[in-house]
Amino acid sequence: MAQVSLHRVVKKFDQTEAVRGIDLDIVDQEFVVLVGPSGCGKSTTLRMIAGLEETTSGEIMIGGTVVNDLPPKDRDIAMVFQNYALYPHMTVFENMSFGLRLKKFPKAEIKTRVERAAGILDITELLDRRPRQLSGGQRQRVAMGRAIVRDPKVFLFDEPLSNLDAKLRVQMRTEIKKVHQQVRTTTVYVTHDQVEAMTLADRVVVMNGGRIEQLGTPHELYHAPKTRFVAGFIGSPAMNFVRCRLVDSGAAFSIKLGDELTLPVPAERSAAYRAYADRELLLGLRPEHITEARNYGAGAEFTMPIDVVEPLGMETMVYFTIDGTEVCARVSPEAALAPGERMRFMADMRHMHLIDPETDRVIEVPAAARVGATASVTAA
Amino acid sequence: MTSITADTVGNVQSRRGSLRRNRRWALVTSYFFLILFAIFFLTPPFYQLVTATKSSAEISRQTSNPWLPSFHPTLENLDTLWNHTDFPIYLKNSAIVTVAVVVITMLIAVPAAFSLGRMRFWGSGILATGVFLTYLVPDSLLFIPLFKIVGGLGLLNSYWALVLVYPTLTVPFCTWIMIGYFQSIPKELDEAALIDGANHLQMLFKIFIPVALPGLIAATIFAFTVCWAEFVYPMAFIYSSNQLVLTAGTITTLVKGDVYQWGMIMTAALLAAAPPLVVYAFLMDYYIAGLTAGATKG
Repeated sequence: MAQVSLHRVVKKFDQTEAVRGIDLDIVDQEFVVLVGPSGCGKSTTLRMIAGLEETTSGEIMIGGTVVNDLPPKDRDIAMVFQNYALYPHMTVFENMSFGLRLKKFPKAEIKTRVERAAGILDITELLDRRPRQLSGGQRQRVAMGRAIVRDPKVFLFDEPLSNLDAKLRVQMRTEIKKVHQQVRTTTVYVTHDQVEAMTLADRVVVMNGGRIEQLGTPHELYHAPKTRFVAGFIGSPAMNFVRCRLVDSGAAFSIKLGDELTLPVPAERSAAYRAYADRELLLGLRPEHITEARNYGAGAEFTMPIDVVEPLGMETMVYFTIDGTEVCARVSPEAALAPGERMRFMADMRHMHLIDPETDRVIEVPAAARVGATASVTAA
Repeated sequence: MTSITADTVGNVQSRRGSLRRNRRWALVTSYFFLILFAIFFLTPPFYQLVTATKSSAEISRQTSNPWLPSFHPTLENLDTLWNHTDFPIYLKNSAIVTVAVVVITMLIAVPAAFSLGRMRFWGSGILATGVFLTYLVPDSLLFIPLFKIVGGLGLLNSYWALVLVYPTLTVPFCTWIMIGYFQSIPKELDEAALIDGANHLQMLFKIFIPVALPGLIAATIFAFTVCWAEFVYPMAFIYSSNQLVLTAGTITTLVKGDVYQWGMIMTAALLAAAPPLVVYAFLMDYYIAGLTAGATKG
């Protein structure tokens, strides 16, 4: 069990900078997920923690020791790879016990540890098989077993579920969470799938272009994204962004979207937004916060002609256009109208975000003015 | 509606029929060429066998057809070859030289391939190409300078000269084959081994060699064949019959001036071909392709 700290870590490959100075503190037993689009430096960061990649500069500490110059085997970590990386000529038992055998553990101890790990992962019957006789999900379990058996300070996962089909991925996701609840080892997990990140993580690190965009609990990232990138990356379907102008209409602010639509800004936010009055900004509003007009709840109502309707069963996605930008709304199936018809929508402006297009940062709003952001304070 | 359905079914069936016809034609063509090649390649051994069982008198008689088996098959060639020539010594020498060279080749080529193919270091790419380039120089060019070297070492007229020289033929090519096989092993496998605490030597012996076993066997077969069949070097470096190997030995003993002892030459050729056959048959059993299946998502 250990904490992991990264201090101004930089990685250059020849001339390209893959990781541009990362500071990150992961506490003992925490499950941290690095998430971002491909090429954002998340895998490189993980590989530097593992010792598979040298750091160009900066410091990596595991359990209080600087490990920059230690080889992977002396870092006391275990890693699960995207393509499993099982030894094809060994049985499952041999695969799982390989590390212990190299360290000359007594036979009885090896057997106990492997059997315990196999028990946790429910692969006891597979111990005599070879990797090629296993299904994808089983191989992934064996790869996890190999990590658990070692009882390391830190687990490192490099996109472990990307090779599984959608159904199995969801199943294994739960499995990984369960294992972490049982074994409680500090875990760093890399994925490009924001749903995986949100469901698994205690804290999520959103990376982009070799930098950390934002670090926070899933709740914080969803409700209080700090940059346009995070706002657009977290949440599915993605947040709508529409060009707008902040208008001071005397008593309160409102935002003007194109020529046709004006939406009120909640009064609590006036102070935060005052400096941006009369500026060209970007409104960010998630599809789930634009619904059909209801006679309950708070929201600004407006009417728009529908372009496209996508029924998903539990809900229906409705697309319309504001000022040349396509906007998605999440409405209940019964309320959805047909394409071409004008539909009455309701926008829950308590969840709005305003983005300064010059900095691409979300204009900060005091926690009290946000809905749902209070829970995150205690979680952090 | 029904007519459309029937039509579609008919279409599918005719397509299926054409597929079957297609496959049949492919098979017929394959068989035709395979049989052609089999005849082509089996003719020399057949001719050898036919000639080996004939007496010298029968061979030199112009009346009988050389392609037809003898009416009076005889083992007299075998008897003379085995009991009254140095053939058994050549066989023994060939075996010693070949085994020694195969062992030396593997001891050099496998670690060389591992380091060149897997341990990224400065100049490894150029070195790997360099190793291959040495293979492109033919032995008929090399034997004169090598004669000087072998002579300088005092190894002329000793089969140990061959043990020294043959690896220059086998090591480059075997290294090249093994580099290819090692490179086909997913990178994550060594990383997993590295994290599991293996050093490079353990990685080589516990992961790479077992996983690349088919490649190792291919390289062994190659080295074996080259050593067994090499002709120029023994011809150039060795002249005593107690040091000669099969290839050069057979020619120097059984061709006396312009007298060719065809019966015995053919018998010797047949016997010389037997060990490689046995080795191939034995090693092919272990040549289990697709051993890497299941290591990673494939």
